[in-house]
Amino acid sequence: MTPGAHASSTERLQIEAEADVVVVRRRARELAIAQGFDAFAVAAITTAASELSRNVWCHGGGGHALLETVSDAGRVGLRLRFIDEGPGIADLELALRGGCSTGRSLGLGLSGSRRLVDAFHIETSPGEGTTIEVLKWARFPH
Amino acid sequence: MSSIPILRIRGHLLVPVQPDLSDEVVNRLQNDVLEAIAGERDRSGGLLLDISGLQIVDTYVARVLADTASMAALMGRRTVLCGMRPEIAATLVQMGYLLEGVCTALDVDDGLDLLGLPR
Repeated sequence: MTPGAHASSTERLQIEAEADVVVVRRRARELAIAQGFDAFAVAAITTAASELSRNVWCHGGGGHALLETVSDAGRVGLRLRFIDEGPGIADLELALRGGCSTGRSLGLGLSGSRRLVDAFHIETSPGEGTTIEVLKWARFPH
Repeated sequence: MSSIPILRIRGHLLVPVQPDLSDEVVNRLQNDVLEAIAGERDRSGGLLLDISGLQIVDTYVARVLADTASMAALMGRRTVLCGMRPEIAATLVQMGYLLEGVCTALDVDDGLDLLGLPR
Protein backbone atom coordinates (compact mmCIF):
# COMPACT_ATOMS: atom_id res chain seq x y z
CA MET A 1 0.00 0.00 0.00
CA THR A 2 1.18 3.46 -0.81
CA PRO A 3 1.42 5.50 2.37
CA GLY A 4 -0.64 8.66 2.51
CA ALA A 5 -3.07 7.73 -0.23
CA HIS A 6 -6.60 7.09 0.94
CA ALA A 7 -8.80 4.96 -1.26
CA SER A 8 -12.30 6.20 -1.86
CA SER A 9 -13.51 3.38 -4.07
CA THR A 10 -12.16 0.07 -5.28
CA GLU A 11 -13.14 -1.95 -8.32
CA ARG A 12 -12.03 -5.46 -8.97
CA LEU A 13 -11.70 -6.74 -12.53
CA GLN A 14 -10.82 -10.29 -13.49
CA ILE A 15 -8.08 -10.85 -16.04
CA GLU A 16 -8.72 -14.30 -17.44
CA ALA A 17 -8.73 -13.67 -21.17
CA GLU A 18 -7.07 -11.42 -23.68
CA ALA A 19 -10.26 -9.37 -23.99
CA ASP A 20 -10.05 -8.54 -20.26
CA VAL A 21 -6.87 -6.55 -20.94
CA VAL A 22 -8.97 -4.22 -23.08
CA VAL A 23 -11.60 -3.96 -20.34
CA VAL A 24 -9.03 -3.07 -17.66
CA ARG A 25 -7.31 -0.38 -19.71
CA ARG A 26 -10.65 1.09 -20.81
CA ARG A 27 -11.82 1.32 -17.18
CA ALA A 28 -8.47 2.78 -16.05
CA ARG A 29 -8.83 5.43 -18.73
CA GLU A 30 -12.38 6.29 -17.63
CA LEU A 31 -11.31 6.62 -14.01
CA ALA A 32 -8.28 8.77 -14.91
CA ILE A 33 -10.48 11.12 -16.92
CA ALA A 34 -13.03 11.25 -14.07
CA GLN A 35 -10.19 12.14 -11.68
CA GLY A 36 -9.29 15.13 -13.82
CA PHE A 37 -6.03 13.76 -15.25
CA ASP A 38 -4.59 15.73 -18.18
CA ALA A 39 -4.33 13.96 -21.55
CA PHE A 40 -0.67 12.99 -21.01
CA ALA A 41 -1.35 11.52 -17.59
CA VAL A 42 -4.42 9.68 -18.92
CA ALA A 43 -2.31 8.12 -21.67
CA ALA A 44 0.46 7.24 -19.19
CA ILE A 45 -1.72 5.43 -16.65
CA THR A 46 -3.84 3.78 -19.38
CA THR A 47 -0.71 2.47 -21.09
CA ALA A 48 0.69 1.19 -17.79
CA ALA A 49 -2.66 -0.55 -17.15
CA SER A 50 -2.44 -2.16 -20.57
CA GLU A 51 1.13 -3.38 -20.10
CA LEU A 52 0.60 -4.70 -16.59
CA SER A 53 -2.73 -6.40 -17.23
CA ARG A 54 -1.21 -8.06 -20.29
CA ASN A 55 1.59 -9.35 -18.06
CA VAL A 56 -1.03 -10.85 -15.72
CA TRP A 57 -2.66 -12.61 -18.63
CA CYS A 58 0.46 -13.65 -20.59
CA HIS A 59 2.96 -14.44 -17.84
CA GLY A 60 0.88 -14.81 -14.70
CA GLY A 61 -1.68 -17.22 -16.09
CA GLY A 62 -4.49 -14.81 -15.28
CA GLY A 63 -5.43 -12.98 -12.13
CA HIS A 64 -7.14 -9.74 -11.32
CA ALA A 65 -6.77 -5.98 -11.15
CA LEU A 66 -7.85 -3.62 -8.38
CA LEU A 67 -8.58 -0.09 -9.52
CA GLU A 68 -8.83 2.57 -6.83
CA THR A 69 -9.39 6.27 -6.86
CA VAL A 70 -7.30 7.82 -4.09
CA SER A 71 -6.80 11.20 -2.47
CA ASP A 72 -4.22 12.75 -0.20
CA ALA A 73 -4.02 16.31 1.08
CA GLY A 74 -6.06 17.77 -1.75
CA ARG A 75 -4.42 15.64 -4.44
CA VAL A 76 -6.37 13.03 -6.33
CA GLY A 77 -4.96 10.02 -8.08
CA LEU A 78 -5.41 6.50 -9.30
CA ARG A 79 -3.90 3.40 -7.76
CA LEU A 80 -3.87 0.18 -9.74
CA ARG A 81 -2.88 -3.24 -8.47
CA PHE A 82 -2.25 -6.25 -10.65
CA ILE A 83 -2.27 -9.59 -8.93
CA ASP A 84 -1.52 -13.05 -10.28
CA GLU A 85 -0.56 -16.39 -8.80
CA GLY A 86 1.67 -17.36 -11.68
CA PRO A 87 5.32 -18.46 -11.72
CA GLY A 88 6.66 -15.10 -10.49
CA ILE A 89 9.50 -13.17 -12.08
CA ALA A 90 12.78 -15.10 -11.85
CA ASP A 91 15.13 -12.20 -12.55
CA LEU A 92 13.38 -9.10 -11.32
CA GLU A 93 16.39 -6.85 -11.79
CA LEU A 94 16.67 -7.85 -15.43
CA ALA A 95 12.92 -7.41 -15.99
CA LEU A 96 13.00 -3.93 -14.47
CA ARG A 97 15.98 -2.98 -16.62
CA GLY A 98 13.87 -3.74 -19.67
CA GLY A 99 16.00 -6.62 -20.89
CA CYS A 100 13.47 -9.35 -20.36
CA SER A 101 12.02 -9.74 -23.81
CA THR A 102 9.65 -12.63 -24.32
CA GLY A 103 7.63 -13.93 -27.21
CA ARG A 104 4.80 -11.53 -26.75
CA SER A 105 6.46 -8.37 -25.55
CA LEU A 106 9.41 -6.10 -26.09
CA GLY A 107 10.56 -6.50 -22.56
CA LEU A 108 9.79 -2.85 -22.00
CA GLY A 109 6.38 -3.44 -20.44
CA LEU A 110 7.56 -3.54 -16.84
CA SER A 111 10.40 -1.03 -17.03
CA GLY A 112 8.33 1.24 -19.24
CA SER A 113 5.30 1.17 -16.93
CA ARG A 114 7.53 2.10 -14.03
CA ARG A 115 8.60 5.26 -15.84
CA LEU A 116 4.99 6.27 -16.55
CA VAL A 117 3.79 6.42 -12.94
CA ASP A 118 4.60 8.29 -9.73
CA ALA A 119 5.01 5.22 -7.54
CA PHE A 120 5.74 1.62 -8.44
CA HIS A 121 5.91 -1.33 -6.11
CA ILE A 122 6.41 -4.98 -7.00
CA GLU A 123 6.36 -8.16 -4.97
CA THR A 124 7.20 -11.41 -6.64
CA SER A 125 8.51 -14.78 -5.60
CA PRO A 126 9.07 -17.95 -7.63
CA GLY A 127 5.97 -20.12 -7.70
CA GLU A 128 3.86 -17.71 -5.69
CA GLY A 129 2.91 -15.05 -8.17
CA THR A 130 3.39 -11.37 -8.63
CA THR A 131 1.68 -8.26 -7.30
CA ILE A 132 2.42 -4.90 -8.86
CA GLU A 133 1.05 -1.64 -7.54
CA VAL A 134 1.26 1.64 -9.40
CA LEU A 135 0.07 5.08 -8.39
CA LYS A 136 -0.34 8.20 -10.41
CA TRP A 137 -1.51 11.62 -9.25
CA ALA A 138 -3.41 14.17 -11.30
CA ARG A 139 -0.71 16.68 -12.13
CA PHE A 140 -2.63 19.89 -12.46
CA PRO A 141 -5.32 21.05 -10.04
CA HIS A 142 -8.74 21.30 -11.61
CA MET B 1 -14.69 -9.20 -33.93
CA SER B 2 -14.50 -6.22 -36.22
CA SER B 3 -12.04 -6.32 -39.06
CA ILE B 4 -9.75 -3.50 -40.11
CA PRO B 5 -10.67 -1.70 -43.32
CA ILE B 6 -7.91 -1.31 -45.89
CA LEU B 7 -8.57 1.59 -48.27
CA ARG B 8 -6.95 2.41 -51.58
CA ILE B 9 -6.12 6.04 -52.16
CA ARG B 10 -4.24 7.18 -55.27
CA GLY B 11 -2.32 3.95 -55.55
CA HIS B 12 -1.48 3.79 -51.85
CA LEU B 13 -2.92 1.52 -49.20
CA LEU B 14 -4.44 3.40 -46.27
CA VAL B 15 -5.19 1.57 -43.04
CA PRO B 16 -7.22 3.55 -40.49
CA VAL B 17 -6.29 1.73 -37.29
CA GLN B 18 -9.31 1.56 -34.99
CA PRO B 19 -9.25 2.39 -31.27
CA ASP B 20 -9.28 -0.14 -28.44
CA LEU B 21 -7.82 -3.03 -30.39
CA SER B 22 -7.41 -6.37 -28.76
CA ASP B 23 -4.10 -8.14 -29.39
CA GLU B 24 -5.92 -10.59 -31.61
CA VAL B 25 -7.27 -7.86 -33.88
CA VAL B 26 -3.85 -6.17 -33.99
CA ASN B 27 -2.29 -9.43 -35.12
CA ARG B 28 -4.94 -9.89 -37.78
CA LEU B 29 -4.32 -6.34 -38.97
CA GLN B 30 -0.71 -7.28 -39.66
CA ASN B 31 -1.70 -10.36 -41.66
CA ASP B 32 -4.45 -8.55 -43.57
CA VAL B 33 -2.17 -5.65 -44.50
CA LEU B 34 0.60 -7.94 -45.77
CA GLU B 35 -1.87 -9.97 -47.80
CA ALA B 36 -3.35 -6.77 -49.25
CA ILE B 37 0.16 -5.68 -50.29
CA ALA B 38 0.80 -9.01 -51.99
CA GLY B 39 -2.55 -8.82 -53.77
CA GLU B 40 -2.13 -5.30 -55.09
CA ARG B 41 -1.69 -4.95 -58.81
CA ASP B 42 -0.35 -1.40 -58.49
CA ARG B 43 3.08 -1.94 -56.94
CA SER B 44 4.34 1.64 -56.85
CA GLY B 45 2.33 3.01 -53.95
CA GLY B 46 3.14 3.05 -50.27
CA LEU B 47 1.40 1.99 -47.08
CA LEU B 48 -0.14 4.53 -44.70
CA LEU B 49 -0.91 3.36 -41.18
CA ASP B 50 -3.23 6.01 -39.73
CA ILE B 51 -3.20 5.83 -35.93
CA SER B 52 -4.94 9.17 -35.31
CA GLY B 53 -7.90 7.25 -33.85
CA LEU B 54 -5.78 5.55 -31.20
CA GLN B 55 -5.98 6.89 -27.66
CA ILE B 56 -3.04 4.84 -26.49
CA VAL B 57 -0.30 2.76 -28.09
CA ASP B 58 1.29 0.30 -25.71
CA THR B 59 4.54 -1.54 -26.43
CA TYR B 60 2.70 -4.48 -27.92
CA VAL B 61 0.75 -2.42 -30.45
CA ALA B 62 3.86 -0.32 -31.13
CA ARG B 63 5.86 -3.43 -31.91
CA VAL B 64 3.21 -4.84 -34.24
CA LEU B 65 3.04 -1.51 -36.10
CA ALA B 66 6.84 -1.28 -36.39
CA ASP B 67 7.08 -4.94 -37.44
CA THR B 68 4.37 -4.41 -40.05
CA ALA B 69 6.38 -1.52 -41.50
CA SER B 70 9.51 -3.72 -41.62
CA MET B 71 7.61 -6.57 -43.24
CA ALA B 72 6.05 -4.23 -45.80
CA ALA B 73 9.55 -2.93 -46.57
CA LEU B 74 10.70 -6.49 -47.27
CA MET B 75 7.83 -6.72 -49.73
CA GLY B 76 8.89 -3.53 -51.44
CA ARG B 77 6.42 -1.13 -49.85
CA ARG B 78 7.35 2.04 -48.07
CA THR B 79 5.33 2.68 -44.90
CA VAL B 80 4.43 5.91 -43.16
CA LEU B 81 2.96 5.88 -39.67
CA CYS B 82 0.54 8.81 -39.57
CA GLY B 83 -1.30 10.77 -36.91
CA MET B 84 0.38 9.95 -33.62
CA ARG B 85 -1.14 12.03 -30.83
CA PRO B 86 1.18 14.10 -28.61
CA GLU B 87 0.41 12.09 -25.49
CA ILE B 88 1.20 8.83 -27.30
CA ALA B 89 4.55 10.18 -28.53
CA ALA B 90 5.35 11.25 -24.97
CA THR B 91 4.32 7.91 -23.48
CA LEU B 92 6.30 5.80 -25.95
CA VAL B 93 9.48 7.84 -25.47
CA GLN B 94 9.10 7.76 -21.68
CA MET B 95 8.88 3.99 -21.88
CA GLY B 96 12.04 3.92 -23.95
CA TYR B 97 10.36 2.82 -27.16
CA LEU B 98 11.48 5.17 -29.92
CA LEU B 99 10.09 3.39 -33.01
CA GLU B 100 13.46 3.89 -34.66
CA GLY B 101 13.51 3.25 -38.36
CA VAL B 102 9.79 3.90 -38.76
CA CYS B 103 8.88 6.75 -41.08
CA THR B 104 6.28 9.04 -39.49
CA ALA B 105 4.07 11.96 -40.50
CA LEU B 106 1.80 14.26 -38.52
CA ASP B 107 -1.28 13.24 -40.50
CA VAL B 108 -2.35 11.33 -43.62
CA ASP B 109 -1.94 14.43 -45.82
CA ASP B 110 1.71 14.75 -44.82
CA GLY B 111 2.10 11.01 -45.22
CA LEU B 112 0.87 11.19 -48.80
CA ASP B 113 3.33 14.02 -49.44
CA LEU B 114 6.14 11.87 -48.08
CA LEU B 115 5.17 9.00 -50.35
CA GLY B 116 5.05 11.35 -53.31
CA LEU B 117 1.87 12.81 -54.77
CA PRO B 118 0.42 13.29 -57.31
CA ARG B 119 0.40 10.11 -59.20
